[in-house]
Order: sequence, then structure tokens, then C-alpha cells
Amino acid sequence: MSLDYTNDTAAAEALIKEVLDAYPEKAAKRRAKHLAVAKPAEEEGATSCGVKSNIKSIPGVMTIRGCAYAGSKGVVWGPIKDMVHISHGPVGCGQYSWSQRRNYFNGTVGVDSFVTMQVTSDFQERDIVFGGDKNLDAMIDELDTMFPLNKGISIQSECPIGLIGDDIEAVAKKKHKETGKTIVPVRCEGFRGVSQSLGHHIANDAIRDWVFDKPSPEEAFVPGPYDVNLIADYNIGGDAWPSRKLLEEMGLRVIGMWSGDATLSEMARAPKAKLNLIHCYRSMNYICRHMEEKYGIKWVEYNFFGPSQIATSLRKIAAQFDETIQKKAEEVIAKYQPLVDSVLAKYKARLEGKTVMLYVGGLRPRHVANAYEDLGMKIVGTGYEFAHNDDYQRTGHYVKEGTLIYDDVTGYELEKFIEQIRPDLVGSGIKEKYATQKMGVPFRQMHSWDYSGPYHGYDGFAIFARDMDMAINSPVWSKFKAPWKAA
Amino acid sequence: MVRQIAFYGKGGIGKSTTSQNTLAALVEMGQKILIVGCDPKADSTRLILNTKLQDTVLHLAAKAGSVEDLELEDVMKIGYKGIKCTESGGPEPGVGCAGRGVITAINFLEENGAYDDVDYVSYDVLGDVVCGGFAMPIRENKAQEIYIVMSGEMMALFAANNIAKGILKYAGSGGVRLGGLICNERQTDRELELAEALAVKLNTQMIHFVPRDNGVQHAELRRQTVIQYAPDSKQAGEYRALAQKIHANGGKGTIPTPITMEELEDMLLEFGIMKSDEQALAELEAKEKTLCSA
Repeated sequence: MSLDYTNDTAAAEALIKEVLDAYPEKAAKRRAKHLAVAKPAEEEGATSCGVKSNIKSIPGVMTIRGCAYAGSKGVVWGPIKDMVHISHGPVGCGQYSWSQRRNYFNGTVGVDSFVTMQVTSDFQERDIVFGGDKNLDAMIDELDTMFPLNKGISIQSECPIGLIGDDIEAVAKKKHKETGKTIVPVRCEGFRGVSQSLGHHIANDAIRDWVFDKPSPEEAFVPGPYDVNLIADYNIGGDAWPSRKLLEEMGLRVIGMWSGDATLSEMARAPKAKLNLIHCYRSMNYICRHMEEKYGIKWVEYNFFGPSQIATSLRKIAAQFDETIQKKAEEVIAKYQPLVDSVLAKYKARLEGKTVMLYVGGLRPRHVANAYEDLGMKIVGTGYEFAHNDDYQRTGHYVKEGTLIYDDVTGYELEKFIEQIRPDLVGSGIKEKYATQKMGVPFRQMHSWDYSGPYHGYDGFAIFARDMDMAINSPVWSKFKAPWKAA
Repeated sequence: MVRQIAFYGKGGIGKSTTSQNTLAALVEMGQKILIVGCDPKADSTRLILNTKLQDTVLHLAAKAGSVEDLELEDVMKIGYKGIKCTESGGPEPGVGCAGRGVITAINFLEENGAYDDVDYVSYDVLGDVVCGGFAMPIRENKAQEIYIVMSGEMMALFAANNIAKGILKYAGSGGVRLGGLICNERQTDRELELAEALAVKLNTQMIHFVPRDNGVQHAELRRQTVIQYAPDSKQAGEYRALAQKIHANGGKGTIPTPITMEELEDMLLEFGIMKSDEQALAELEAKEKTLCSA
């Protein structure tokens, strides 16, 4: 079903040159390595979009990258609902990440779920000088008294923890002994690494070191033949739920959903699964590789954005199991075909031929491409905030020749690109939203789904199509030109 | 105009002893003095107060909540002949950030008027300038003259050179200058000459050579300076001489010219403190020969 088209390579190359010309020589030389145009590759149906990635942003440009703390607390650990996550350090980091991303969860906040609470050790001068370990110790006791249904506590390090060398591991061990609960110290100080990406890695390592192979309260868990973990779906706007539904309908048992709507036990029992299904490769491939090495669990990347990728993914996952599962997967695909047909009937005519530029994090710069194409839309540019080489390799399977590729794009570059390309839709984050709309270009937030969602699965596709139509075909754009100005 | 001076030097070289004896001599000369101890061990005022100061700025602040909750009287004690004494204090070894503590304490003292109505503020800073916090007295126009306490031992010389580097770093932005080297005799080979040679290399002076004297120990055991314990002793005279030199040295500090590691090593070879590889080999051979012939 995938759309066949190419973009204008010459125009994209000229645009890159124009943008780079504005920089001083040294900056231009450095930024040039991060901008490229997708070229035909040897492999059929793929392009090559190699750019330099995962290195430090140039001081002075506007980058929208986050920090290691954001990667650990905001992405990997924060959504685990039955643990209390301490932002260890001064109040700001916890305060401004309060409420988390839109990772939905079932539960009662403050009773058995703590995701949207801001818990911080609120460092004062005294804690910097004398160390924050005593405070942390007392705090864990207080939390345990206040929230007796918590299953564990994670300690998310802010910058000063690394600077003063607070021994959070010692505190974690001591409190684990005293309370019997899982206490996880995470060394995700913000100054480490070049983006949130290192925070994901550090957070993954903390799962490996402080959760796996520890005595678990769930000794009674009996593994089954169709057990899978749904990894790195953060349940933004409820994304993981329609995804889980599909897997269950095809006969698999989802024994863990990480980390959107996740519990600590789901993480602890993960090594007992038969297969790991990984959605956001960038943020959790580390733990999947570990489980493969240590427990021999294979992992499969999948994509539940848009019907063509969903069908491909369901078949890919089913191929790892027996014929009953494979048969059921086909049934699932067939079952939802009428829904897909009705969505396409309603929206495709309104969206066909529209162009899209994306700039997001994690996996979305490539994963949502086919969902747009299913609706007849074309991707003309895409880029990642904090990708590594392997992400850009994978991107080649998604984007067409001539697509503009931009890594860690600067505010200036993105604005220029949008201005010149004038796509029919830009999908990016809150920081880009209003600037883009002021240019008269429709916009959807592709981090948070703009207060909407879910977008995953067949159910999500219907919502996705509706939202894109709403943004692009809104009557507001016809009012954009001031009536007193000549056309 | 208040004169701000600071004593730096390798750990254990005798900074606190030297500074307190010198300040006791200065107070005899009618100067009003404030001591700011910048060492978490809080032993910069022990000989002046005849007891170890318990109420350090940071410990009281930690107890009260923050430094804003403190009054100057809580942390300032009066010692020998009216010398005002304060200690920054700090965490126990191995936790927290002592450097940040020094910054907090000095800012508190300054903001709360501890520097008013004194002629001298003297900072006594621990061993090496390991981080920004311990450089606080040399930064931001605090101390105008730094006195480096050293001896003829190799590590003391290395430390002195390193401290000179720290002073040079801030000499441009602030007004800090190197006042001179104070050689605290350890009875090493050619110690006086070596100290004087280093002073020349660093573009400074060897302001005083303090001979080794057991009287200092006797006084220290009684938590007193020599000036207080044995005012008529020869050693008391040495400290009085040093105090007079420092008093006359106001505004005469220099911008130091620290030397490279190689230059310093060459200098030590020249003075026979360090042996060159050839020398060491030759000595070894000679030794073996005598052993064989025996």
C-alpha cells in the first residue's frame, strides 16, 4: 500500500547550502555533517540517509535536546506507576518535569500510583556542603510511611549529585535492607552525555543492575509459551493499550508493558518472556540486547503506526511463533480491514498529496512515515533530536529519495526549512508549534499527540487520521491573510 | 582600608601554626584582626582561642536550616588580645562539597559585617587549591596578598609552584598578588638557598625563614602560640620579625611567574635534592663495586 514517490533532491541540496551559508565557517563545517538528502541505496526499496549524529550541539544555536535526567526520569523510569520516583537534587528539575509526559496509567494517584507526583529531595546549600545522603535516607522512610502501597523507589540524580559525589548506591542498599523494597539509584546527572539519549542508556542499565535477578515478590508467576514483553511503549495518550489489544487478540500473552502503565513486577519478570517486542528502539534497545545475551530472549522491532506497518509487524511477530498464532494474526488483520477502509474512505481524499515535515525524538521520525503515506501523504523532510547512527540506517527503509534529513536541527535551520519547503503539515514538539503556525503552516505535536491519541494500533490510526485532517483542513488557514493586504 | 591576606601551602606544612603565631605578633603591634579559617577541620583558630572552635559557620547553619538563620555573634569568638575568630567548617571527609562550604561561609561573614572595623582579615586555607571553593579567598578581590608556607621538601616546593599558578590565574581579573614565601625549616639540604632560589624563579621574595624550634610544639600542646606561651623566647622573636615584615609588605605583592614541572625538577637536581638517572646509576654501580671487592 506504500506510496511510491521521490522528492526533489536538487532543491533539497540547494536548501541545505543556503542554510549553511548563514553560519560562520567553522559552524557551517560542523553542521554540514548533520544535514543530508536521502540518496538511492544499493538495497532495493531503501535509501541512504547517513548523517553525523549523537555528538555535542554547537554552543550558541538553539537545540531542543534534553539531558540525561530527562531521559531517565522523564522517559524510562517516570512512567512506572507503582514506584515513587525521587528527583534527587535541587527542586527545579523535578518541578519543571512535574506530571510527566502524557503517559497514561490506571490507578489512583497518591495511593497505588505515583506517576504524576513531583517528589524531590529539594537540595539546599546545606545538602550540597554536607551531602544529601542523610536527607535521602530520611526521605525514603517518610515516603514509605506516607505511601505504604508503593512497590519501590527510584532515585533520579540531578547534576549536583555527581558533582559532590553523593553515595546514593549505599543509601539504596541500606534502605533496601531496612524496607525490603526495591530501591533503584540512577546516575543520570544531567551533565552526562550530549542529549537525553545517554539517560535512556543509564536508566536501562539501572533496570539490569537493580531490578533483574533480584528476589521478587512474584514467585508465583508461571511462564507460558506465548509470553511477550511490549517494550518501550510509553503509553502516550494511551498508545500501549490498543497495541496490547492486538497482541492479545493474536493469542500472545503480554506479561510486561514498559514503561507506560507499567508496574515494577512487570519489569522484574521480563526475563521470563519468550520474546521481546520493542517499539522505541532508541530508548530501550540496551535492555533488550542484555536480555538476549543473558537470557537468550530474542527481540523484534515492530511498528504500530498505520495499517500497512501494523500488518507487516503483526506478521513479523507471528512468524516468531507457531501456526496458530500466525493464523490468528491474519484474522486480526482481516478483522480490522473494514475499520481501515472506512478511515481511508473518510480522510484519504482530503489528505492525498499533502506534504509533511517531521522533527521529533526516539523512533517517530521514521516510524510514522508510512502512516502518513497510508493516507496518501508524502514525507519531504525528517530528523531526530538525539538519534545514533543505527537510527539513520533504519530510516533509509522508510523515507524516499530526495527527502531532507536533519539531525539535531537548530531553531534557525528548521525555521528556514519550513519557510522554503512550506509543507502542508509539520509534526514536531511544543517549542516548534507556535512558530510554525505563525508562518501559516498547519502543525501537530508528535511528542504528545497534542492532547489527543492514542495513535498506535488500528484504533489509534483512526484518531491519527482525524487529527491530521483537523490540522491541515481547518478553515482557520483560509483566514490567514490579512484582508487589507493585497493577495 | 582593611588588608586581606591569606596563608596557603601543602597540607601539614605548618600553615595554621605559622599564621596564628604571626597574627598573635601582629595583634601585639596594635592591629585589629579577623581570622577566617577555611578548612573543614576547623583548626585555624585553636591556638588563638586556646580551644578548638566548636561553632563553625556551616555546622550552625546546618543545624539552624541555612546561613540566613545565623547571626554573626553565633559564629565569631574572641581570642588572644581581641583577635576575632571564625571557622567555615565543613562536611566530614568523603561526603558533600567542602569547597562550596567555604564560598557560603565567606559570603555570610562578609554580608554580615564581620569585615567591618578590622585592620587585617587573614584566611587560612587547606592544603592544595583543589577546586573553585578553595580558591575563593584569591578570587573576587578577597585576599590581596598570598603568603605561601613551604619548606625545602620536594612536595612542598611542588605545592608552592601550584599555588602560584592559582594566583596567576586570578591576578589579571582581581587584585590578588603573591606576598612571599615563608620557609618553615625542615632541616633539608641547602634549604635556605633553595627557598631563595625558588622565590626568584616565582618572581617573589623569601620573606622569612622560620627556624625549627621545639618551643612551638610545647606551646601547641598547650593550645597556645609561642607568643603567648613563651613571649620572651627566641622563636617568639622570629614570628615578631615575620609579622613586621608582612606589615611592611602591604601593596608590595607581585604577580607570580610559576615555572614548568621540568624547570622545577631541574632546579631540584641542581640543589641535589633529586638525583638524575645517570647519577643514580653511577651510585648504584659504585655501590656494587664496593660490595664485590669486599
